[in-house]
Amino acid sequence: MAALKPLLAKPWIWSFIGALLVWLATIAFTGGYGAGGMVTAALSLAVFTVIVGVGQMFVITLGPGNVDLSLPANIGLASAVAMKVMDGNDSMIAVGLLAALACGATVGAVNYLLIWALRIPPIIATLSASFIIQSIDISYGRGLQIKPPPGFADFANWQILGVPVLAILTVLFTIGAAIALQRMIYGRSVLAIGQNIRAAWLAGVNVGRIRFLTYTLSGALGGIDGALLAGYFRGANVDIGNEYLLASIAVVVIGGTSVAGGKANVPGVWGAALFLVLLLTMLNTFGVSAGVRLLLTGLIIVGVITAAGGQKAPR
Amino acid sequence: MTAASLDTAARTSAERGALARARLLRGLLPALSLALVLLAIAWLNPRAISYFGFSLMLNLAIPIALATIAQMFVIAGNELDLSIGTFVGFVGCVTATWLKDAPLIGAVILLGSIGVYALLGALIHLRNLPSIVVTLGMSFVWQGLAILVLPKPGGKAPDWLLGLMAFKPPFIPFPIVAALLIGLIVHFGLMRTSYGVILRGSGGNPAALGRAGWSLLRTKIVLFALAGLFGVLSGMALIGITTSADANIGNGYTLLAIAGVILGGGEFVGGRVSPIGAVIGALTLALAASPLLTFMHIPPDWQVAANGAILIIVLAARVLISRRER
Repeated sequence: MAALKPLLAKPWIWSFIGALLVWLATIAFTGGYGAGGMVTAALSLAVFTVIVGVGQMFVITLGPGNVDLSLPANIGLASAVAMKVMDGNDSMIAVGLLAALACGATVGAVNYLLIWALRIPPIIATLSASFIIQSIDISYGRGLQIKPPPGFADFANWQILGVPVLAILTVLFTIGAAIALQRMIYGRSVLAIGQNIRAAWLAGVNVGRIRFLTYTLSGALGGIDGALLAGYFRGANVDIGNEYLLASIAVVVIGGTSVAGGKANVPGVWGAALFLVLLLTMLNTFGVSAGVRLLLTGLIIVGVITAAGGQKAPR
Repeated sequence: MTAASLDTAARTSAERGALARARLLRGLLPALSLALVLLAIAWLNPRAISYFGFSLMLNLAIPIALATIAQMFVIAGNELDLSIGTFVGFVGCVTATWLKDAPLIGAVILLGSIGVYALLGALIHLRNLPSIVVTLGMSFVWQGLAILVLPKPGGKAPDWLLGLMAFKPPFIPFPIVAALLIGLIVHFGLMRTSYGVILRGSGGNPAALGRAGWSLLRTKIVLFALAGLFGVLSGMALIGITTSADANIGNGYTLLAIAGVILGGGEFVGGRVSPIGAVIGALTLALAASPLLTFMHIPPDWQVAANGAILIIVLAARVLISRRER
């Protein structure tokens, strides 16, 4: 028990406990049937939420009001760009991924440009940007019927012993993100800005550059996510990123990152993403209708947020 | 000595004049952008500037204006409501089903949903929750409920509502009359009454207001309940125009409403909002998104982008004016 105590004090442990409980409830319902397959499916789907969740986490950590609302539109556009560049051709996979990355990074950079040039709250800047990106995507990706290259689709769905390879790569990526957050100048600067932007500036942190990098990073991750989603679901789609607005913000908050900024948590993003995906699986297994599923998802998110409570913004 | 002091006096008064002009310009910005859009429409298609043309072009302006006002109340309290769109959709579904078939139950449901909004305000205040996440979660709740109420697009608006929305006043098209009325009523309530000042103050300086003995819990509940009330009105007005409902009918309103508030001169923090500006902002968006683009022969794909572009242009103009203010 004594060994458990420091573990229980970690803010991210609750999201994993939640995920575990939901999983147990589901296999209790199915009588143990499909327990392993469910974990595999949950891991494959959670990956997409984790990737954008990490980007959103860095943005939210910058402090109150910082949030990237352009992720869904960004994901949609990048998925179309990736599919068009790859054009069903295995030799173009790397180029397509780079194109999606560049597309996302550009969106992120434009977001910051708007915030900086117009001195408007990030919510409005990313919102206006998302309007425009959405239109570009609708116009550019209309009727896009290009399938991903077979090699790319196989890669996105590749599993080793029931563990999706994409999930392994994403775990490595999140470890890198955690190191960047806690041990590198960039991450410490993000945390410092979130805790007190003025103090960070006085301490010599290049606030503008760090914020620019963070929004570009979030955009780039959205871009990669779009390409991977198109590979996994075998095709691009304007609406492919829609659910990732709520999901990216929810996993950050449920995962124990402070909405007031200055306190981030990488493992929690994984726990929360698994929790959300398993929750959907559970509701599907219980055979509830679409309406009830949406209703319960919403109620559970509100409930979890209420239970977790908010912290007073440090002043 | 007198020359020097006269000089400074003259300069400060000149500066003050410039400052006042910049403020005035800033206050007029929403109206100016609406005028610009109207001019563009008049230039592209003079026939649109008529009683019939306005009734047609501003067809959906009333629900958008009402949803924008709802969002404005939430923003006045330094919060953000990402669920207003699906809430409008939910209200629409209830209006097209329960409110027509069993008016009493329908009315109770709608009043109850305003109560839910009030409770959300209390919850957000008491637990100090981020409103973005709570309302994002609620957007799923409303959408789920809407699908449960009306699984397939359909239903029918109550006749009295259809009659109300089809009202044709003399000389001035109904949408303009309604928008004016909405703007003036909310303007009076929020800007001219003493409790309106308290409500805006709860966004401007909550700490000061709390120390002065006002209940911040109550202001938040009132602001959210008002948002719920105007959300209900928006959903009902929408169904009065479209005559039938669909669970996804209001989804676009969330972002449109935020854009409308900001276009209308609202600020994200500090309780600085303007009801008349918000209505004007909503009208601008309603006009610019579809009629203007149609007259310019731009495909509807770019409708959403037009909203984004207008938002960016107006905010850029605001920055230029603010720079002069300094």
